[in-house]
Amino acid sequence: MNPIHKFLYELQEVSFLIWRSLTSLFRGPRYFSEMVRQMDSAGVGSLPIVLLTGFFTGGVLILQTFPTLQYYSLQNEAGGAIATSLIRELGPVLTALMVSGRIGSAFAAELGSMVVSQQIDAMRALGTDPNRKLVAPRIIALVLMLPLLTVAADIFGIFGGVITASVLYNQDYNVFITSVRSGIGIEDIIGGLLKPVFFGLIIASVACHKGLTTAGGTAGVGQSTTNSVVTASIWVIIFDFFLSKAVGTIFDIGHL
Amino acid sequence: MISTTDEFEDIIAEEELEPSDFEDAVDQPNRVKPAIEFRDVHLSFDDKKILNGVSFTIKRGETKIILGRSGGGKSTTVRLILGLLKPDSGQILVDGEDITDYSEEQMMHVRQNIGMVFQEGALFDSLSVYENVAYRLIEQGVSEEIIDHEVRRMLQFVDLEDAIDKMPIELSGGMRRRVGIARALVGDPKIVLFDEPTAGLDPPTSRTICELAIKLRDLQDVSSIFVTHEMKNLEYLASEYATVNENGEIVFEREGDKLCLINTSMIMFRDGEVIFSGKDEQLRASEDPYIRRFITGKSV
Repeated sequence: MNPIHKFLYELQEVSFLIWRSLTSLFRGPRYFSEMVRQMDSAGVGSLPIVLLTGFFTGGVLILQTFPTLQYYSLQNEAGGAIATSLIRELGPVLTALMVSGRIGSAFAAELGSMVVSQQIDAMRALGTDPNRKLVAPRIIALVLMLPLLTVAADIFGIFGGVITASVLYNQDYNVFITSVRSGIGIEDIIGGLLKPVFFGLIIASVACHKGLTTAGGTAGVGQSTTNSVVTASIWVIIFDFFLSKAVGTIFDIGHL
Repeated sequence: MISTTDEFEDIIAEEELEPSDFEDAVDQPNRVKPAIEFRDVHLSFDDKKILNGVSFTIKRGETKIILGRSGGGKSTTVRLILGLLKPDSGQILVDGEDITDYSEEQMMHVRQNIGMVFQEGALFDSLSVYENVAYRLIEQGVSEEIIDHEVRRMLQFVDLEDAIDKMPIELSGGMRRRVGIARALVGDPKIVLFDEPTAGLDPPTSRTICELAIKLRDLQDVSSIFVTHEMKNLEYLASEYATVNENGEIVFEREGDKLCLINTSMIMFRDGEVIFSGKDEQLRASEDPYIRRFITGKSV
């Protein structure tokens, strides 16, 4: 199969997986407890790494932009600039990439191990639909938790920016916070929450697809896990471009 | 199921059986329908032919032993019966129902009457033995009381009651297979599929697994497929039977002058084709070089 055919085939299979999983929610059985378990693992479990990422991203943004803003006497706008960058772009994307590495790989590895040990076949033989029991709860968990994780990352990113600006550049934190409040609008927040919903769908569906199509024993599990992270990450970055354009067009962002 | 020889007519006369006693058997149309039927089934993966025009029938209460080398299509046959794979052409009938083109949802209904014992057990490693065996009943929303009763009954059948709270990681290979059998038997399925259940096990444990299959065949009238490439399993299944003695204990006896097993037959696969179908005596008498080499392990 040439690369284009392979890509289109994979896109088809992932789309079918999303469709089957989401439509299964309209009829029982629904595995609510499994959904909650996955939300705990994906959400609460990813919080430390996401908060750390957000905090240092905010800090490094100040490190990189404050001297330039100071040169143009715009240092009082630093808070707004950082908050806008975080909420519109860096918060959603970096959180998604962290979660793809941590949770996406876990999904792919867990499902891949179940495939090679015939547990998926056993599940089907015992009358359980793996899409309902395994895939749908994971997709819903990530779609719900990624926006919340993104918000947490944004908040800690702004916090990191405040700390860095006040400690390294002696900026009054009130100035920073005032700039944050005046710099962001409702459209930034809506756009910043819309992206993680799509990213969660992408990460979970790609990871589950890679896991469920594992072949080749334990080596295959490793390959599926790696492919899941790489593919999901690339798709997040590609989708980010198109989502940014769409959000910008809908909310008229980016025009002077 | 088990036919006698000269004693048969004596028993008929002793019991003073009437024609109406035989009418009951004829009036059970379910026994006429085969449990499983393959009609000219073909299946390929990429360019490799896995099954090439496979046809066979398994009668009610019969055990069909599927023999063949690794990669011959044996496990694929079992997966086709469960609907885990779909054939490229041909028909597959389970209990008289054509399941060839059934959707996954339709297969869920069919699978309720089929138990499957996977190679190495395929236990859910995050669930305990109890939860594994109870899996089907939990999914069906059965009450806790009934689940508990059924799980203990099944674990008693496979002689693993003490392992009820253990995790699969704590079990030996043979114990995992037996738990897999217990899990497959919940719901009293009338068809049980054994996919190389003794692979990698020591001889005594393999014997235990075969005895479980024999008990199902002779005491519970289960139709089954037993996939294996080990001749020892063939010997057990084709020449021993389970019966209940006067103390109510289950004992295993060898067929001989008194009794002859007719409810066990075998087919042999070679490169996706059925090259032999019949009884164990016919298999051993075959002069086909491939079959002779398979039986004896030596080139002819």
